[in-house]
Amino acid sequence: MRIFNIGIVLLSGIFLACSSIAFAKVTGDTITLGAAVSLTGKYSTNGKHTKNGYELAKNKLNAAGGVKVGGKSYKLDIIYYDDESTPARAAQLAERLIKQDGVKFMLGPYSSGLTKAIAPVTEKYKIPMVEANGASRSLFTKGYRYMFAILTSADQYLASAVDLAAAAAEAKGKSASSLKVAMIFENDPFSQDVRLGVVEAYKNHGMKAVVDDKLPKNIDDMSASLAKVKATRPDILIVSGHSKGAATAIRQISQMRVDVPMLAMTHCDSAGYKEKFGDAAEYTLCAAQWHKSLSYSDSLFGSAADYAVTFKGVYNYDPPYQAAESSAALQVWKDAFERAQSFDTDKLRDALAVTKMQTFYGNISFDSTGKNLGKPMVLFQVLDGKYKVVSPPKWASTKLVHPRPKWSER
Amino acid sequence: MDNILLLIEAPFLSVQAILDGIIIGALFSLAAYGMALVWGVMRIINIAQGEFVILGGYVAYFLYEAGIHPMFGIPVAGVVLFVVGYGLYKVVIYRVVDKDLFISLLATFGLSILIQQLMNIMFGADVQIAEAGFGTSFMFDYNVTIPHIRIVTFIVSAFLGALLVIYIKRSRLGQAIRATAQNARAARVMGIDTDHVYAMTFSLNAAICGATGALVAMTFAIHPYIGLPYTIRSFMIVIMAGLGNLPGVIAAGTGIGVAEQFADYIFGAEFRMAFIFLLLVAFLVWRGRMLARKREVLK
Repeated sequence: MRIFNIGIVLLSGIFLACSSIAFAKVTGDTITLGAAVSLTGKYSTNGKHTKNGYELAKNKLNAAGGVKVGGKSYKLDIIYYDDESTPARAAQLAERLIKQDGVKFMLGPYSSGLTKAIAPVTEKYKIPMVEANGASRSLFTKGYRYMFAILTSADQYLASAVDLAAAAAEAKGKSASSLKVAMIFENDPFSQDVRLGVVEAYKNHGMKAVVDDKLPKNIDDMSASLAKVKATRPDILIVSGHSKGAATAIRQISQMRVDVPMLAMTHCDSAGYKEKFGDAAEYTLCAAQWHKSLSYSDSLFGSAADYAVTFKGVYNYDPPYQAAESSAALQVWKDAFERAQSFDTDKLRDALAVTKMQTFYGNISFDSTGKNLGKPMVLFQVLDGKYKVVSPPKWASTKLVHPRPKWSER
Repeated sequence: MDNILLLIEAPFLSVQAILDGIIIGALFSLAAYGMALVWGVMRIINIAQGEFVILGGYVAYFLYEAGIHPMFGIPVAGVVLFVVGYGLYKVVIYRVVDKDLFISLLATFGLSILIQQLMNIMFGADVQIAEAGFGTSFMFDYNVTIPHIRIVTFIVSAFLGALLVIYIKRSRLGQAIRATAQNARAARVMGIDTDHVYAMTFSLNAAICGATGALVAMTFAIHPYIGLPYTIRSFMIVIMAGLGNLPGVIAAGTGIGVAEQFADYIFGAEFRMAFIFLLLVAFLVWRGRMLARKREVLK
């Protein structure tokens, strides 16, 4: 009996050892990364884009010979868990990835809120994370050392719209400080970050805010705010509130015939803006991290346009920027592995910190807080049912139509 | 303070607020009436009310996507949700009818989560709308706008509300529903199949929510997780109005609608819900005092 017991203990010991080998960070010729993404819950659409982006880049990198460290080629593999779009679950899963699955290299989840939940965990275990979908400013004020974000932070989303309006006013001989700004923002961390950037920008130009409304999280009606906008006649109206905010705004702005010279928003494409609203969406300015018409390129995917073609070939839809930035995250990891020539997490962290590369998604280089300084936001305008880049001037494919025609003249 | 000045300087803002409030209020009243029905007859507070509304919205949306005008969504969503409601009653609700209120709260709460997730898996998490394309009317030199869909919403809500009242008053089933609400045991003794009455009441409520949802898809926007505000508003309206008090439901519905709009103007939309709940507390305290006074007179 005793021998039997010892046998069991030994056997389970062996199993345990095997399982930890099977799940360790690097086994054989495979490097395992981990990611919690939202496959169910309210972020499931964008969570899917994120996962598709990761998968596409992983397969592409593996097909192109994988990652070369110490003269040996390694394939990439990713363990996914569904975080159900809830921060608590995301934090749990990050723990699980690191402690149980032995993952030493993390990819980010979708959304700022979930990234915020995961970052303290990766920080605690000193596990480097390259995240592609958390833009909130507060992520970069906590002194995280192991988190690197390849996207532009949220406060930059719509600041350029204010600059654009100022330039348009000055071109007409008006002073920028005479402009009035109306702001309608959802009361959530992301939208409020966008607002901070806008506030900074309009103050720089000496403009005045006439409406500054915060909307509850379950936005289904912003008619009161829009009526205020009509009464105060601002020169710029800026709205941000994820997809439902964008959808509600565009519907009610056209129904209520709100005339403003410039209307700028976030999340136009995830709200399915131009497809669903047709004429009502015309002339709206939309902020985006990336667009396929930009002239960035790399050796793996080719140009931004090539990436779009590849992505569409596999997933049968145009890549939104959420997918593009997720793909770029894997390219950043590959670059870091090859420069560090090591799997040591601290060496990798230091290698990530000095990243300087161009991808199809844009230039990537991190500042001391871990955010990407290499890449500006782009602004589209919806013109004839198409997204046209109007800012920054370097990539503008068409000239801004300003002011928007009045509703009565359309 | 600026906001109050703005309201005084631009009186048309008040007109707009009152109009919007009444129209939105009518929509809430409809959902609330269904909730009051289930609550009064079955002693069940249906937390899944908002999810039924959104489900109805999806019916209208899919018709719209198929090229059918979403107005047809109102009757179609009613019928579809009636069937859904009947199915849910037979599977879940009949088990909790005579149980503790807490159990039925849990059961319907569970249902609401289940429906949310199913909608998310089946329809996706995107925001959807059904465009009725009715245009907009203007008053006071374009300063007050009334989207026609809102007028339609108001009329349809009023019509459905009236239809329901007549049905409950006159029809055989309506009488059975009222008898069961008054005293289920006595109704059973009198030969009323109360189980059937419960099933019909629950399905009827789901059908009302479905029709409301079709209107919501045309006036606002829908996505799987936006049902909760409709549940909360229905709940508040019913609490204010009391059970089986249709004029009360309408008054409370439009009252809350208008109050919401003014709260939006004056305090900003972020305090909308806080303001409404404050109003609710104030109302309950006031009503408690009135009742206490009445009791003293009786003594």
